[in-house]
Amino acid sequence: MAGPFIHLSGVNKVYRTRGEEFLAISEATFDVDVGELVSLVGPSGCGKTTLLKVIAGLHPYDGGELRIGSQTHPFDPSRDIGMVFQQPLLLKWRRIVDNVLLPAEILGLPMAESRERARDLLTLVGLAGNENKYPYELSGGMQQRAAIARALIHDPKLILMDEPFGALDALTREKMNLELLHIWREARKTILFVTHGISEAVFLGTRVVVLTASPARMADNFQVDLPHPRTLDIKTHEVFGQYTRRIYRLLGME
Amino acid sequence: MAGNRDAIQRYALAVLSHLLLVAAWHFFVVLGDVPAFVMPSPAATLRSLSIPNYRWFENSAATAIEIFGGYALAVVLGVGTALLFSWWRWLEMLAMPLLVSLNMIPKVALGPLFIVWFAYGIGPNILMAFAICFFPIVLTTARGLSEVEPDLLDLVRTLKGSRWQIFAKIQLPGALPYIFSGMKVAAILAVAGAIVGEFLGSDKGLGYLMLQVQVTLDTAAMFMAVILITLIGVALYGLVLALERLLVVRDARLQ
Ligand SMILES: Nc1ncnc2c1ncn2[C@@H]1O[C@H](COP(=O)(O)OP(=O)(O)OP(=O)(O)O)[C@@H](O)[C@H]1O
Ligand SMILES: [Mg+2]
Repeated sequence: MAGPFIHLSGVNKVYRTRGEEFLAISEATFDVDVGELVSLVGPSGCGKTTLLKVIAGLHPYDGGELRIGSQTHPFDPSRDIGMVFQQPLLLKWRRIVDNVLLPAEILGLPMAESRERARDLLTLVGLAGNENKYPYELSGGMQQRAAIARALIHDPKLILMDEPFGALDALTREKMNLELLHIWREARKTILFVTHGISEAVFLGTRVVVLTASPARMADNFQVDLPHPRTLDIKTHEVFGQYTRRIYRLLGME
Repeated sequence: MAGNRDAIQRYALAVLSHLLLVAAWHFFVVLGDVPAFVMPSPAATLRSLSIPNYRWFENSAATAIEIFGGYALAVVLGVGTALLFSWWRWLEMLAMPLLVSLNMIPKVALGPLFIVWFAYGIGPNILMAFAICFFPIVLTTARGLSEVEPDLLDLVRTLKGSRWQIFAKIQLPGALPYIFSGMKVAAILAVAGAIVGEFLGSDKGLGYLMLQVQVTLDTAAMFMAVILITLIGVALYGLVLALERLLVVRDARLQ
């Protein structure tokens, strides 16, 4: 064992605005192994986005320890992060394939190979044949698939997703959940998945980290022992219900 | 080719409305027995083109040069200024309030000064066209350059993208629709600016010609001059639209 891929220990994050201090993350402590899909779940304002940004290196943190990468899986912060947000944020003036290529362009990767890879990824996310369309010609769900392909183009080791399906309707969302699991299995990435959907968190995660707000606190961190590949009917399993109830209880909703 | 037929239909209707206006004008003058010095008929207006004294070509060319020249200057300097502002925030904080104050000056009031500085002729009129459409272009461009999704910036930052990459790949293309909406407003202003300049003092141009024929009450020539000014404006506007169509993806266009 070469240690976990991501290691957080007692990570705090304080926002300072107009002389006031606000503790957005308090003592976040958890490990993520290579290849895990960890759900970060919690109510609005509990610091999910903040935590993701700290892990992405976009925000400094205040005390604690954050390490990414291990001996067997070195981590290059400029190349090994893929990001997906609640909105697809595709560039309107670029065709889908060129949107997917954006990170490759920024990193200066060889374009011919990247283009080929972009096509493969678009097939993986179920967008084959849409390469040359513009974003406005795609539905919201399709745009989000393209955003996922964009996050994978530079073959990063870690994918950070911030409520990627939050803006989609319930049916599309379930479908995207299944597809995300498929992509995760195929692409073999470590994924941190932020959501405020409790059943989504359990359905997707190999592990679930629960955060609570005011005061910010890391409330739980548990393994989800449900077999893969998962299908929608596991949501009716007794074990699944036990996990979701466990989260509801932590959030004081039972 | 339903799209093609659609386009043809659209053009046909546009032409029709113009023809209808000319027809209405014709019948109003003829049936209403309107005196020619009040309102000439379309035919009489057209006939005024045959008077060589009016030097239609030379005057139209002068006005066109003023409009296009002042406009081009305003686009280049306006977009350039906004780019500098977006690169150096301190420069924006320094210069933008000053620009806002300067923009409050009624540009027309500067006409006599321009003439003192640059003498009669095309020069001061180009300057007037420029002065009147510079600011709107700076404003819309600056706005467009600042409208960047923060999350998109984060995405580029996680890839350690450079400032230049952010600018070239995200900021500038994203600002294009704004730049064009500013350019469209400015195109209309440029025409007004050049003509006002000619009214204030000039020795050529269609505005200058209008003042000349006003004295002799040749209303037909005045009408013709207005039509030619309008045509120059339409040509400029059409050019901007064509450029926009070329450079901006349909969905990204404003309005
Ligand atoms: N830049 C900032 N400056 C000051 N406070 C901030 C900033 N960003 C977030 N916060 C505060 O930190 C807390 C956590 O915000 P965060 O965006 O991480 O929550 P979240 O869990 O992602 O919520 P949501 O589910 O609504 O997206 C909130 O109370 C928020 O007001
Ligand atoms: Mg959030």
